Amino acid sequence: MAEINNLIAGATGNWEIVLGLEVHAQVASTAKLFSGAATEFGAEPNSQVSLVDAAMPGMLPVINWFCVEQAVRTGLGLKAQINNYSVFDRKNYFYPDLPQGYQISQFQQPIVGEGAIEIDLDDGVVKEIGIERLHLEQDAGKSLHDQHPDMSFVDLNRSGVALMEIVSQPDMRSAAEAQAYVKKLRAILRYLGTCDGNMEQGSLRADVNVSVRKPGDELGTRCEIKNVNSIRFIGQAIEYEARRQIDLIEDGGTVEQQTRLFDPKTGETRAMRSKEEAHDYRYFPDPDLLPLEFSQDFVDEIAESLPELPDDKKARFINDYGLTPYDAGVLVGEAENAAFFEVAAEGRDAKAVANMVIGSVFAGLNKADLAIADSPVSAAQVGQLVDLIADDTVSGRTAKEVFELMFEEGPDQGKDPSVIVEEKGLKQVTDTGAIEGAVDEVIAANPDKVAQAQERPKMAGWFVGQVMQATGGKANPQAVNKLVMQKLGLDEA
Amino acid sequence: MADLTELNLAEARDGLAKKEFSAVELAEAHMTRVSASSALNAYVLATPEKAMEMAAESDKKIASGEARPLEGLPIGVKDLFCTKGVRTTACSNILGDFIPPYESTVTQNLWNDGAVMLGKLNNDEFAMGSSNETSRFGAVVNPWKANGTELVPGGSSGGSSAAVAARLGIAATATDTGGSIRQPAAFTGTVGLKPTYGRCSRWGIVAFASSLDQAGPITQTVRDAAMMLTSMASFDKRDTTSVERDVPDYEAALTGDIKGLRVGIPQEYRVDNMPAEIEKLWQQGIDWLKAAGAEIVDVSLPHTKYALPAYYIIAPAEASSNLARYDGVRYGARQDGVDIDDMYAQTRAAGFGDEVKRRVMIGTYALSAGYYDAYYVKALQVRRLIAEDFTKAYEVCDVLLTPTTPSAAFPIGKNVEDPLEMYLNDVFTVTVNLAGLPGISIPAGLDADGLPLGLQLIGKAFGEEELLRAAQVLEEAAGFDAQPQDWWSA
Amino acid sequence: MSVDENMVRRIANLARIGLTDDDVPGLAKELSAILGFVDQLSELDTQGVKPLTSAAEDKIRGRDDVVTDGGYAEDVLANAPEKDDEYFAVPKVVE
Ligand SMILES: [Mg+2]
Ligand SMILES: [Zn+2]
Repeated sequence: MAEINNLIAGATGNWEIVLGLEVHAQVASTAKLFSGAATEFGAEPNSQVSLVDAAMPGMLPVINWFCVEQAVRTGLGLKAQINNYSVFDRKNYFYPDLPQGYQISQFQQPIVGEGAIEIDLDDGVVKEIGIERLHLEQDAGKSLHDQHPDMSFVDLNRSGVALMEIVSQPDMRSAAEAQAYVKKLRAILRYLGTCDGNMEQGSLRADVNVSVRKPGDELGTRCEIKNVNSIRFIGQAIEYEARRQIDLIEDGGTVEQQTRLFDPKTGETRAMRSKEEAHDYRYFPDPDLLPLEFSQDFVDEIAESLPELPDDKKARFINDYGLTPYDAGVLVGEAENAAFFEVAAEGRDAKAVANMVIGSVFAGLNKADLAIADSPVSAAQVGQLVDLIADDTVSGRTAKEVFELMFEEGPDQGKDPSVIVEEKGLKQVTDTGAIEGAVDEVIAANPDKVAQAQERPKMAGWFVGQVMQATGGKANPQAVNKLVMQKLGLDEA
Repeated sequence: MADLTELNLAEARDGLAKKEFSAVELAEAHMTRVSASSALNAYVLATPEKAMEMAAESDKKIASGEARPLEGLPIGVKDLFCTKGVRTTACSNILGDFIPPYESTVTQNLWNDGAVMLGKLNNDEFAMGSSNETSRFGAVVNPWKANGTELVPGGSSGGSSAAVAARLGIAATATDTGGSIRQPAAFTGTVGLKPTYGRCSRWGIVAFASSLDQAGPITQTVRDAAMMLTSMASFDKRDTTSVERDVPDYEAALTGDIKGLRVGIPQEYRVDNMPAEIEKLWQQGIDWLKAAGAEIVDVSLPHTKYALPAYYIIAPAEASSNLARYDGVRYGARQDGVDIDDMYAQTRAAGFGDEVKRRVMIGTYALSAGYYDAYYVKALQVRRLIAEDFTKAYEVCDVLLTPTTPSAAFPIGKNVEDPLEMYLNDVFTVTVNLAGLPGISIPAGLDADGLPLGLQLIGKAFGEEELLRAAQVLEEAAGFDAQPQDWWSA
Repeated sequence: MSVDENMVRRIANLARIGLTDDDVPGLAKELSAILGFVDQLSELDTQGVKPLTSAAEDKIRGRDDVVTDGGYAEDVLANAPEKDDEYFAVPKVVE
């Protein structure tokens, strides 16, 4: 059982962590949910604010229908119930970056109901995480607390930006599962194009609900860690918070239901100072907005336009290309990566292509901090390079070198691998005569090693290495191997 | 030249068209009267420069033959309508000296049609009240007096009703959430029209209760009301509760012919302790309409008595949320506090008057955990029953006739100590808001003290043409031509 | 339903309306009277009646996803009681 691994030890025995996530995903819209102001990141303070966003007297919300479409699209991607009738409610509370004194959200009747996604865990295990709901709501503005000794500053550029709040069931049992969940959710959103998933810019952030219990016990009291904005921090926050709760209980204390903040500097969570007992949001249907209604045709049309999603793509990669689940999982992480692979693999040995894409392309991009769209080596070139290995023009080792040369030269050079092989004289030597000479030389120069090799046939590898070195790596390794064995009088078993 | 302030809207329009006087002269005549009327406290801000500028522009349009429907007609604007560059306060301290960088749709429509703005009119703070005594600028005094006593002009559009009654503007904009156009019209001998919910855009009007608020005119005559509504009404993409329907020429609907019109008389409006005079007036109204060829039908609106209690949950609940934006952060009068929550609490304590606080607190309570179903949801269920009462009644009639108010105007200060007594003023008007229907109050007679009394006609949703047609017949039959004695001009 | 003084304070806190101790008893009485009046609604059997939130007759209308508004920070900030450059300024909030 995978869950056993997730238990964490305390002084009084093992504990289980129970996690549920509320992810706020910014809809990839150009205008806000209820106003025509822009959503672009990084604008001058208060420059993307309409009178509606600033809650001037008499201002009224008008819904951006594109955002409704994106919520439905996301709901379909989460294989969830789509509610053709939903209601916008007001969530009432006071905060300086909440201009209306309420957030327009959906409470009792959200646009999307229950669904599920599958997460991929490191050991190849797949686990289903339930989705409780998805609803549309407005983002708040931004408060800056560190600009002035006794003032906070408010920028309303984000005020009114459309968010999809995606609420999971409390189905996760470890930080790794929570992280895998966010990664998978982000992949789905990106595939769908409904959210750019950019966590640094706040387009995707998670409220993490953490509780602990002894295995088999009732659910413990949970704490909600607000607005955690990186996958790494989600892991840290959970580890810290679970340990804090366990220590607290084991020291005879009780966990208080709280809203907490994660401090990336210290890696700790702390209780927010706002008074919890005052929270009574007084939800009620927003009288400025009629119920959100759409036809089944509207939903069906969106359903027809859905792309292939990560899980389906992964299954296809395993079935059609014969990839391992791990490689397939890595390749489908981003739609662009998968597409790159498919172009490169067209008509070729897909496993070899997958190896090169994962081992060379992704590694290179990672190191250079480049997006796949900016890859200096095109998918077609990767394919050509694999072809050069397949027809014995270059060895795998040389291919790596060729790849690096192409990568360094960048996309402007546009040199195909065959050109580079030609220019640099990297063509593999398959001429047996030339290789034979090199083998003879090495054998002649190392009589002691020859004796050893005849005792321990594994030593043959050493000769192969020497020959490869002597030929500048251009000799065909299979041919070298065969000749070395022959000359040493070893069986080619 | 006759006193230009004696003219109604249609007369002034015709006089301007015939060039008997200029728009500037017309505006000046009214501005002069406005500036001498401080005893009434109807205006909270006069805008003479703006009036003169707009009137001069109107004269140009008239001269060039480009007169628009309300060209050069001077009107007052309730301080609930946001007016670009002109202080707008909803008569609440909390808005401080708020200057909107925008113009409400309704007033913009009026200016687009050539109307001239005289200034901003007093109202109950955030339109919460039935006497115009809760304004930050103090009470409005009714131009009508009984035995020398100063009376309220009704509320919340008391500045609008007083101004029209005292000829401080030929017409005025107003808003009606539970009777705030019709009740003050009844108290001042003027015509007050509350259109169907969604007929006029709410964009740019300070919200009280979003699902009930509706703008409309207060005027001297039914024809004037029709002229005003034709301009004020529009489909507005910025208010998704405004309705996508063409605006008819309401004046053209005033044919004077109501033969065969079925007029329903709801028996439940015969309340206990109804003054005999009102009972009598109501009967007179029935007779007038019958004489004009209407068919009188008895109908039942069984849930009428629950309208007021339902209203006093729904309106405060919405208001408690609508008024949350007045927090001293982005506009309005801020009070210092030791921290942010204290700043809010001090700002709202100092900024809101007692009646607003009461309603915000009732609304907060009704929406809070544990009370939501018992109060808020219950009130919304009752609201549906009330709306269905009307639907059923309209199966057998076309319009309804009722008194507008259970009494004539009362003395200033009389009901201030007793909010509940004050709320009862809306007993005949509030059902209309809950059901979203149009209603109009017509001055129909005087009581024993010589004070005006109103009759109310209620129409079907978007049945304003039929409603106005019937109202004009009633107006004609009543022949109400009394005017308050001018005691206030300084 | 009558409202006691604790409830008055609780509601006032939710509504962010500062009260003095002197305000409380009077408000408790007034709010209780209003709720007492409202309580007659409980006479009515409303089982199964669908709540009516709005009398609006249309269905919700939407807009297209185009930028049509904003870009006037000066107007947005013009009425601010306190500002610092392009920001609204409020007493420091401690989270
Ligand atoms: Mg949350
Ligand atoms: Zn949320």
